[in-house]
Amino acid sequence: MGLHTGQLDAVPPKFEEPAISQPSTSPGRDAIIRLRKNPVAMICLIYILSLILIAIFAPLLTHYDYDYQDSSRYASLPAPPDHFHRLGTDNLGQDVLSRLIYGARVSLGVSVVVVIIEVFIGVTLGLIAGFRSGMTDLVLMRVTDVMFAFPDLLLAILLAAVIRSGSQALPPVTSILTLFVALGIVGWPGMTRLVRGQALALREKEYIEAARATGVREKNILFRHLLPNLLSPIIVQVTQDLAGYILAESTLSFLGLGVQPPFPSWGQMISNALEYKDSQPQLIFFPSLLLALTVMAFNFFGDALRDALDPRMRK
Amino acid sequence: MLTFILKRILLAIPTLIAVSLLVFMIARLAPSGPVEIILGEKATKENVARLNKEYGLDKPIVVQYLNYIWGIAAHGDFGKSFSRGEQPVSEMIRQDFPVTAQLAISAFILAFFIGIPIGILAALYHNSWFDRLCMAGVVALVSVPSFVIGPLMVVYIAVRLRWLPVSGWDSPAYTILPTIALGSRSAAILARFMRSSLLDVLKQDYIRTALAKGLTKGRTIWRHALKNSFLPVLTILGTSFGGLLTGSFVVETIFQVPGIGYESINSISKRDYPVIQGMALLVAIIFILANLGVDILYGVVDPRVRSQEAQ
Repeated sequence: MGLHTGQLDAVPPKFEEPAISQPSTSPGRDAIIRLRKNPVAMICLIYILSLILIAIFAPLLTHYDYDYQDSSRYASLPAPPDHFHRLGTDNLGQDVLSRLIYGARVSLGVSVVVVIIEVFIGVTLGLIAGFRSGMTDLVLMRVTDVMFAFPDLLLAILLAAVIRSGSQALPPVTSILTLFVALGIVGWPGMTRLVRGQALALREKEYIEAARATGVREKNILFRHLLPNLLSPIIVQVTQDLAGYILAESTLSFLGLGVQPPFPSWGQMISNALEYKDSQPQLIFFPSLLLALTVMAFNFFGDALRDALDPRMRK
Repeated sequence: MLTFILKRILLAIPTLIAVSLLVFMIARLAPSGPVEIILGEKATKENVARLNKEYGLDKPIVVQYLNYIWGIAAHGDFGKSFSRGEQPVSEMIRQDFPVTAQLAISAFILAFFIGIPIGILAALYHNSWFDRLCMAGVVALVSVPSFVIGPLMVVYIAVRLRWLPVSGWDSPAYTILPTIALGSRSAAILARFMRSSLLDVLKQDYIRTALAKGLTKGRTIWRHALKNSFLPVLTILGTSFGGLLTGSFVVETIFQVPGIGYESINSISKRDYPVIQGMALLVAIIFILANLGVDILYGVVDPRVRSQEAQ
C-alpha cells in the first residue's frame, strides 16, 4: 500500500484534529534535532564555525601581517617552510600561513556581504512579484529571464572587468567593493525567483486569506505571515549560495579580476603560485586545500540543512 | 510540432536582443572611453574628435547600438580590436573560437559519458556503498573548482610524472588535462541530477505496474525508467554546456590554451573593449541557442510539453 510517510504528511486530515504522536516541538527545533543526528553535517558545521573564528581573530593567530615582506631573508623567490615561516613565504617574502588565514577573512567576508545583498534585493523583489502579481510580476520575471539567459560567471567577469577598468590605478580596497557589486548584481535573480514561487503558492493558503479578511495591513501580511513561512527555503538557498560566492570570488581573483594585492585571497594565491609550480608546489597545494574544504563544508551542510528542514525528506 | 518550434525560436529573439543590449551597456559603463585608452591621457582635442568619428562614438548611443548589432547580423562584423593593430574582432573569433569549441565539446562528452552512467548506477544501487561513494565524490568534485584541479594535475601528472604536456595546444595530448579540468565538475553535477531523477521515476506507480505484470527488472529500467528519468536531465544540458563555455575562461588561462577565454582575459588587462564585448556576446548567444536547442528537443521528445503549450 502507499502508506508512505511522505504522502501522509502531504495530505493532512481536513476536519479532524491532527493526531499527536510525539511531544510537540516547533518545526525549527525539530530540524535542529534532525541536524544534530547527522555526523557529516556536524563536522562541516564545526569546520565552518572554526573558520569564522579564525577569520575574526586573524591578527591574534598570525605572527606576521598579511602584507609584511620579509625582504631581508628572501629576494623575489618563494622559500620553503622553515622555523620562522611555517608554510614558507611567497615570491614577495610574505608569510604564506598569515596570508591563508587573512584570506579566510576575505573569502568569508565577501561571500557574506554578497549574500546579504542577494537576500535584501531578492527577498524584497520576490515578495513583491509573488504577492502583487500583475504588471510588476511580469516585468520582474522578464528581467530575471534575461539575467538567467546569461552565464553568471561571464556576467561577473564582464562587470568586474568594466568596473575596475578606469585609467587611474585604484586603491586595492576598491577591488573588494567591485566584487560586492559584480557578484551582487549576478546573485539576486535566483533568490527572487525562489521567493516569488514560494510566495505565489503561500498566497492562496487559508491563513493568508483569513489575515486579509480580518483587515490585516498588506505590509503586516507580508512580513509577519508570509516571510516566516518562507524562511527555511531561504536559509537553505543562502547556505548553498555562500559556497557559490566563495567559489566565484576565488575564480575572479584567480583571473586577476577580484581581490588585488596586498590583500590576500585564496584564488589569487593559487594564481600567483602557478609560476613556481615546479619548485614550490606547496604554494598551490595549501590554498587549494582550504578552498576545496571550505566550499565542500558549505555544500555538505547545505544539503543536510535542506533534508533537516524538509520533513518530507525523512526516511 | 512546427508551430511549437517556431514559437520557441520567436520567444528567444527578445532574450537575444535584451542580452546584446546588456553586454553593450555594460561595456559602455567603463570609466574611461576607448578613445582615451588608445590615445593616452595627453591626447589633443582634434585627435579625440577624429577617433570618435572614426569609431562612430560621436553618434547617439542608440544609433551606436543599432550599428553594432547591424554589423554583426549583416556581415558578422564585431568591430576592431584596439590593442592588436585594429585587427577585426571577427577574425580573432574565427581563429580562437574553434579551439574553445573543441575544448568545451570534449569536456561535455567527458561529463556526459561519465556523469550519466555513474548517476544511473548510483540510483539503481541506492543506499549501497557504491552509491554513497559516488555521492561523496560528487559533492567533493562539485566543490573543487577547475583552477584547483588544473594546477594540481599539472604539478603531479605533467611536471612530476611527465606523462602529459604542461600547457599549450599542439597535439591531442595537450587537450587531455584541460578537458578533465573543465569537465569533471559538470560530470559530478550531471551524475547527481541523473541519480535523483531516476530515483524519482523508480518510485512511480507505472514502474510498479510494469514489474507487477511480470516484466524483468532490466527491461523495466531500460524501457520505462531510463527514458522518463532522462527528460529532466535534458533541461540542464544546455546550462551545463554554457557553464563549460564560461569555465573555459579559467581553464584556458591555466593551460594557456589559445581560445576565446584566454584572449578575453588578456584583452581585459589591455582594456580592449571591442574584443571583450564581442567574445562575451558570442558566448551569451551560444548559451541562449544551446538552451533553445534543449527546449525544442524537450518538446520533440516529450509530447506533454507540446500539448501544454498548445493549450
